[in-house]
Amino acid sequence: MLNYVIKRVGIAIPTMLILIILSFLLMHAAPGGPFTSDRPLPAQVLANIEAKYGLDQPLWRQMINYVWGVVTQFDFGPSFKYKDRTVNEIIAQGFPITLKYGFLSFIFAIGVGIPLGAIAAIRQNTWIDYLAVGVSIGAQVLPNFVMAPLLVIVFTLWLGWLPGGGWGGGSWEYLIMPVIALSTSYMASIARITRSSMLEVLNTNYIRTAKAKGLPTKTILLRHALKPSLLPVISYLGPAFVGLITGSVVIDIYFSTGGMGYFFVNSAMNRDYSVMMGITILVGFLTIMFSLVIDLLYAWVDPKIRY
Amino acid sequence: MPLLEIVNLTVDFATANGSFRAVDSIDLSIDEREIVAIVGESGSGKSVAMLALMGLLPWTATVSADCIRFDGQDLLGMNDKQRRKIIGKDISMIFQEPMTSLNPCFTIGYQLTEVLCQHFGGRRRSYNNRAVELLQQVGIPAAETRLNAYPHQLSGGMCQRVMIAMMIACQPKLLIADEPTTALDVTIQAQILELLVELQQNNNMALVLITHDMAVVAETAERVVVLYAGWQVEQRSALDLFSNPRHPYTEALLNALPERAQGKLLNAIPGVVPGQLDRPKGCIFNPRCCYVQDLCRQQIPERQEGVLCHYPLELDLKPSRSSQDMVTDS
Repeated sequence: MLNYVIKRVGIAIPTMLILIILSFLLMHAAPGGPFTSDRPLPAQVLANIEAKYGLDQPLWRQMINYVWGVVTQFDFGPSFKYKDRTVNEIIAQGFPITLKYGFLSFIFAIGVGIPLGAIAAIRQNTWIDYLAVGVSIGAQVLPNFVMAPLLVIVFTLWLGWLPGGGWGGGSWEYLIMPVIALSTSYMASIARITRSSMLEVLNTNYIRTAKAKGLPTKTILLRHALKPSLLPVISYLGPAFVGLITGSVVIDIYFSTGGMGYFFVNSAMNRDYSVMMGITILVGFLTIMFSLVIDLLYAWVDPKIRY
Repeated sequence: MPLLEIVNLTVDFATANGSFRAVDSIDLSIDEREIVAIVGESGSGKSVAMLALMGLLPWTATVSADCIRFDGQDLLGMNDKQRRKIIGKDISMIFQEPMTSLNPCFTIGYQLTEVLCQHFGGRRRSYNNRAVELLQQVGIPAAETRLNAYPHQLSGGMCQRVMIAMMIACQPKLLIADEPTTALDVTIQAQILELLVELQQNNNMALVLITHDMAVVAETAERVVVLYAGWQVEQRSALDLFSNPRHPYTEALLNALPERAQGKLLNAIPGVVPGQLDRPKGCIFNPRCCYVQDLCRQQIPERQEGVLCHYPLELDLKPSRSSQDMVTDS
């Protein structure tokens, strides 16, 4: 087990390097630069600015300098657009926000999706099942950029219950709508995966054995049926988690929550190389780490998997 | 008083094409410490009848009977909760797919001790010794270390032994073995059967053996129930049945044994068991019966002396039979 974790982390390092190099090159291959604007700067001024940020050096040297800074000092450099802030500061500001509602959405999607799917499977072909399937199909076809304005119309404009945007220091009334808008489609997918997997498991021979042992229905469902049916759900959680973090782009724009998604989009638009790189590296790191966690979870659910 | 008494058990399945009767008025009584075999081709309702007794049929099945009594208790009038106190404890059942009948996510020890906790209460750990003892009883070597094994780490025969250990854990009065050896290879088949009979004797339990292997029946069973397409066509003592079958279907089944083949051809029964949509009028066996009469095609026969036939076979009707080898002779 420990060997496996070390090996996986070892593989993660070259993966991260490739990620950095690729996104660095792609960023610089895109036309324009951080200081291109509608009113062109005088050539001498532009050259001075570029020299200050090291953009006058050859690309390979820029890249080596950048990677060196990241690896040795954990320094992601200054932002090219927000002159007085470093990338580290921007991430330190935006990431906790993203993490908070992203994580809450993740919990919400699992906490609602798994029970919903399980109940639908247990009560297959009853109105409960039809309702659950209906809700999850509805939730899945509504993308978050449709969901978000709908929520604002209903809860802010009509009912006046919730603030239509802002962060408010992360208090609950500011969190409700972002979390719902972000998590519903993932919740729906999780519910549908749980339902079909649970249905399959409920028809297996070992559930019949559990019944033949005289176990109560609750034990059969919660112990013998749920654990094996979670396997496909777990494999979905990896991509879902990454989706929740990067999906926050839409949420940050609609609800002005001030999370990382906002900076992510803006940095790409503005060729803010260092911010873009910093967030890409962070998301890449999270993806790699989380897929490791998922793989370890797998071993817990399925004893056939041993590392 | 018999241990188990079933009168007029009928099981209907709701299907897309209407109702299908898988088991049609079966009577069965089993005494304590008796070995009864239920035989018949695939689809004859052997398993369904016993699953109905256990209450393990899916919701599409409707079970009706005049009486299902076990050990003085009326199983028919019980709700699920009351039935669960008996199922797995006094009546238990092992299945034909050992590899898939154990939960892949839990250890052998967990699954074994779970059933003990359920019926006798207490903590799981307190049953570890009992679990080891049970595993030894069913012939699993290094039982202590096996407690932490998962089903995928065991062979099919081992899994079936674990199933048996699990199902005899509470010392049931009746064990139903639903084709326990079908999925196993031949050498293991004999071992498992031997084990079942040995346990039946040591634990003083009754054993119902569902099988389509007549050789197994001949070796083990005291009484035989022959089912055909959900009908109980004959019920006799094993010795009698093998030497003197009364129903044409039983005779045809026995003649189909490889040991009784004459020349190079096996005596297969022509045709197949009728399904939901091709049920014949009159006796259900009439299209495949070699003694069929007009009456058989018109009228459903009554049961007489345990034989469901208009014209039960007598000794003198079958002059050729006495020249054949008997399985029981061996």
